[in-house]
Amino acid sequence: MAAVEKPGVDYLRPRTWQDAVALKTENPAAVPINGGTDLMVDLNFARSRPPTLLDLSHLDELRRWEKSNGTVELGAGVTYTDVLEHLGSDLPALALASRTVGSPQIRNRGTIAGNLATASPAGDAHPPLLATGATVRVESMRGIRDVPIGRFFTGPKRNVLEPDELIRSVLVPSARGPQQFSKVGTRNAMVIAVVSFALAFDVPSRHVGTGIGSAAPTPIEAADAAAYLDRELAREGYWEDHRELSAGVVDGFADRVAAASRPIDDVRGPAGYRVHALRVMARRTLRWAWSALATDGIHAH
Amino acid sequence: MLIEVTVNGRRRTAENVWAGESLLYVLRERLGLRGSKDACEQGECGSCSVYLDGDLVCACLVSAGQADGAEVVTVEGLADGESLHPIQQAYVSEGAVQCGFCTPGLILATHCLLEANSDPSDDEIREALAGNLCRCTGYEKIVSAVRLAAMETAVG
Repeated sequence: MAAVEKPGVDYLRPRTWQDAVALKTENPAAVPINGGTDLMVDLNFARSRPPTLLDLSHLDELRRWEKSNGTVELGAGVTYTDVLEHLGSDLPALALASRTVGSPQIRNRGTIAGNLATASPAGDAHPPLLATGATVRVESMRGIRDVPIGRFFTGPKRNVLEPDELIRSVLVPSARGPQQFSKVGTRNAMVIAVVSFALAFDVPSRHVGTGIGSAAPTPIEAADAAAYLDRELAREGYWEDHRELSAGVVDGFADRVAAASRPIDDVRGPAGYRVHALRVMARRTLRWAWSALATDGIHAH
Repeated sequence: MLIEVTVNGRRRTAENVWAGESLLYVLRERLGLRGSKDACEQGECGSCSVYLDGDLVCACLVSAGQADGAEVVTVEGLADGESLHPIQQAYVSEGAVQCGFCTPGLILATHCLLEANSDPSDDEIREALAGNLCRCTGYEKIVSAVRLAAMETAVG
C-alpha cells in the first residue's frame, strides 16, 4: 500500500491524515497509537494484542493548533506539554489539568485526543473540556462529525467513536473568564485522579461551566449546580459589584456538585471520600475563580 | 519488521521486530544497550527515560514501529569516552547513587531540565524529576546533585 512506508501485517504508518482515515476504514480493527502512554501499557502487560497498530504519531499536521473565532482547534497530536507551554492563557483549565498529568515524560507524549479515545472516567483533560463546552471533531471516510463533549462518553472507557472513525481535533472555546481545575491524589505527580473538578466562568454570557472526573461511570457535568450558580449570581446582583460570594451561595453550589456525582469505592478511594472531596473542591475552585474575576475586573476577559 | 534507529549518533538496525514491542526492549534486548533500565513498563518509574527526537520520553511507552527512523539518545550517549558528563559526575560527587537502577533515567531527566533551565529552583527540580522514582535514598542527594550539576554546567 502506497501510504505505508514499511508494509507489515501489524503496523501501518500513514503519511497523511487522509491516508490515516482511509486506512482506518480498510482496517476497522486497527488500533490508533499516538503518545502510546495508555496503549503501550496494555501491550507491555499483554492485556491486549491489537491485530494492527495505526501509527498517527508522525503526522505533523495533527501536532498543530489553530485559533479562530474565539475557538482553539487542537489537532489530535497536540500533547499536554504543548497545552501547558503554549495555551495557558487561552485554555487555562486545560493547561492546569495538563500540568497534573503524569510526569514530563508522559506529558511530552500523551495527547488530549488520546485521553478522549481512552475515555477513562479519571482522564485529566475531561473535566476542563466539559466545563468549557468543547467539541470533539471526528472523521471517517463517511465524513466529519462534531460531537459535543457532553455526548462523547458513553461508559467507563467507552465513547461514541465508530470502528471506522478517528479523532481529528478538539475544539475548545477560548477562555472568556477565570477557570480553575482541582485534582485529588496521593502526590502531585504520577497520579490517577481520585476525584477531579473543573470550573469555567464565561463572563460575557454570565455562565459557569463544570466538569467532574473520577466520580461517575463517565466524566460528567454538574448541570444543576451550574444552573443554580448562574441563577443565584444574577438574582443577588453579584455580577454588578463582584463582592465576595456568600457562604450560602458557595455551599449551595458545592452541595449540587457533590449531588451530581455517582462515585464508587475502588482502590484509589471510597465513594464517601470522593463526594466529600468534590464538595471541598467545588467550594475552593469557585472561590478562587470568583476572586480572580473580582481582582481582574469584570471586563478583563 | 525491520527498524532503523539512530542511537547516540550511530545508525542501528534491528530485524524481526514486532511493531508493538517497546523501544526499551529494542534498546536493551536487540541493540545491547542496557543503560536504560526496565522496571515498571508502564511509565511510572522513569528508569527507561531517553530522548526521542529531542523529547524526554519513557522508552517503554514508545512502540518499536513508532521509533523506526527516529533519533534516540540514551544514557550511554552522554559521557565523552571515559570521562563522565558533568551531570553524571555530580551524581557521583553528591552520593546520589545507591543501587543505581534509577540513575540513568534521572541523569537524562536532569539533562533535559538543565537544557531548558540552567538555574532551576528546588521546586522546579522536583517537578522536573517527578516522573523518576528512587527507592533507595530518597531524593535529597539527588536534588543536591542537580544543583551541583547546574553550577558546574554554568561555570563550565
